[in-house]
Amino acid sequence: MTAVESDKMTTNTSTLPHSRPALPRIVTDAMPVVVMAVGGLAAFWLFPNDLGLLTRILAAALFVMSLDMVLGYCGIATLGHAAMFGTGAYAAGIVAVNWVSDPLALLAVGGVAGGLIALATGALILHARGLTLLMLTIAVAQIVQEVANKARDWTGGSDGLSGIDPAPVLGLFRFDLYGRTSYLFALAVLIVGFLVARRIVRSPCGLACRGVREEPLRIAALGGSPRRYLVSMYAVAGVFAGIAGALTAITSGIVGLDSVGFSWSAEAMIMLVLGGTGRLYGAVIGTVAFMAIHHILASTDPFHWMLFIGLFLMGIVLFLPGGIASLSARVLPLVKGGR
Amino acid sequence: MPTKNTMKEKGFLEIAGLTAGYGETRILEDLTFSVLPKGRVALLGRNGVGKTTTMASLVGQTTRHAGSIRLDGVELTGLSSSARADAGLGFVPQTRDIFKSLTVEENLITGLKSRPRSALEEAYALFPRLKERRSNGGGQLSGGEQQMLSVARALLGQPSVLLLDEPLEGLAPVICDQLMEALSRLDMTVILVEQQVDRALDFADTVVMLDRGRVVHMGPAAAARDDHTLMERHLGVALAA
Repeated sequence: MTAVESDKMTTNTSTLPHSRPALPRIVTDAMPVVVMAVGGLAAFWLFPNDLGLLTRILAAALFVMSLDMVLGYCGIATLGHAAMFGTGAYAAGIVAVNWVSDPLALLAVGGVAGGLIALATGALILHARGLTLLMLTIAVAQIVQEVANKARDWTGGSDGLSGIDPAPVLGLFRFDLYGRTSYLFALAVLIVGFLVARRIVRSPCGLACRGVREEPLRIAALGGSPRRYLVSMYAVAGVFAGIAGALTAITSGIVGLDSVGFSWSAEAMIMLVLGGTGRLYGAVIGTVAFMAIHHILASTDPFHWMLFIGLFLMGIVLFLPGGIASLSARVLPLVKGGR
Repeated sequence: MPTKNTMKEKGFLEIAGLTAGYGETRILEDLTFSVLPKGRVALLGRNGVGKTTTMASLVGQTTRHAGSIRLDGVELTGLSSSARADAGLGFVPQTRDIFKSLTVEENLITGLKSRPRSALEEAYALFPRLKERRSNGGGQLSGGEQQMLSVARALLGQPSVLLLDEPLEGLAPVICDQLMEALSRLDMTVILVEQQVDRALDFADTVVMLDRGRVVHMGPAAAARDDHTLMERHLGVALAA
């Protein structure tokens, strides 16, 4: 290959917009992690009586992040993502009740279970697109929910699976009544999960998935198999969803049929849309916003809180179509312009 | 006919009796021509004669009704687009198809197949402008830069045959010059579809002219350039001497 003299080019690059902010990449990369860690620890100190809710938010954020890997990065519209979450939760719960109670091992069990169900179902349904695929994802979740309901001896059926008593984390930190260990454990899992997920979506496979979302034929002409990429990412997202389910099982001590339910999948999608797709940290923002508003409104007006959630969602979709996370992209140029 | 020596080199493309189109609609009829390894073919014709369909058919994005496509003796017609790319076909489409949500570097990575990231330097050596713009989004590039990116991305897969569908469309003359200069230094089989006939003939050693999905002329590019009657009849253009 031979070089072409670039200085002969007529395009004036200085007038073109840049996709990356002026901040060094290491700063922009570190920012979400620092915000999560500092914000998480601040919440730990500020709301010691709400650690149960905060722990649920962290586990849900990991779940919504896994949905972002599927929807935001691959363009796979799914309303059955709870199938992976619930499978991971039940798998971890069953193993905890019957065999092993080490929390890290339970996370691994949940991840494997979520990944396997995602791999098996993804290979079957990801040839479809659009509404057909959406229906198939719902069907998968319904099947998993019905299996969980019928396998009463293992799952507890509609009563739920209880009696999950995890061992101390690393043999040192016992899960206490106040939920401190649960919260800090969930925060650590979320941050590590975020870092791993970001690494995955930036890998060649992750980039190819984004290419498939934009132009599948082009990826095929470049030698990649769009379906193989989608199934791979679907399975990886299933691992994350399974870990989120296991985390919920470990920290709450119970797994119910609602963890595989349609409404949980739908709520996850709402949280993701609120926060913004295709960013990973948007999933965290959306989950925090949705669950915090849900908690506040439901406690003040138990009958009409969904109305306010709906209005809030409509406002975001209409005025911030990129989600709350896109706010910074809109505000920063204004701040810079004002200087 | 290829000699024994040329058969050893990669990039020998044979198209025989290819009839293809979109669904039941047939655009190409009994298309037959071949390109020797490292040969450069300009595929010319008026609008709508099947040039782009030929390219799309080679990479498996149309419906084939009959005929065969062989690359270095391997039949491609039963293969998917991705398998054809693995077999050695690199395609730069008319639409360029840059992934707009990815940066320049990320776009290039999607073309690496299983090659290491260090191979990106090959693309930057061919088009230094891409290195300057590596962190920019694909949708923020000028037309020329997009074309460079599309070509570089295809080349990173190390194809033995490069298919270029109107790479100069919409580009400024100076950018066209630079792009053609870079392309002229490629050491591989190239099939070029281009509306700028003079540039295409300067680039190619062989010209294939299409009309209504059939090959109506095939011969040396230099001879075609001098045959004004041929150019006028099949392309409707008269080139400057």
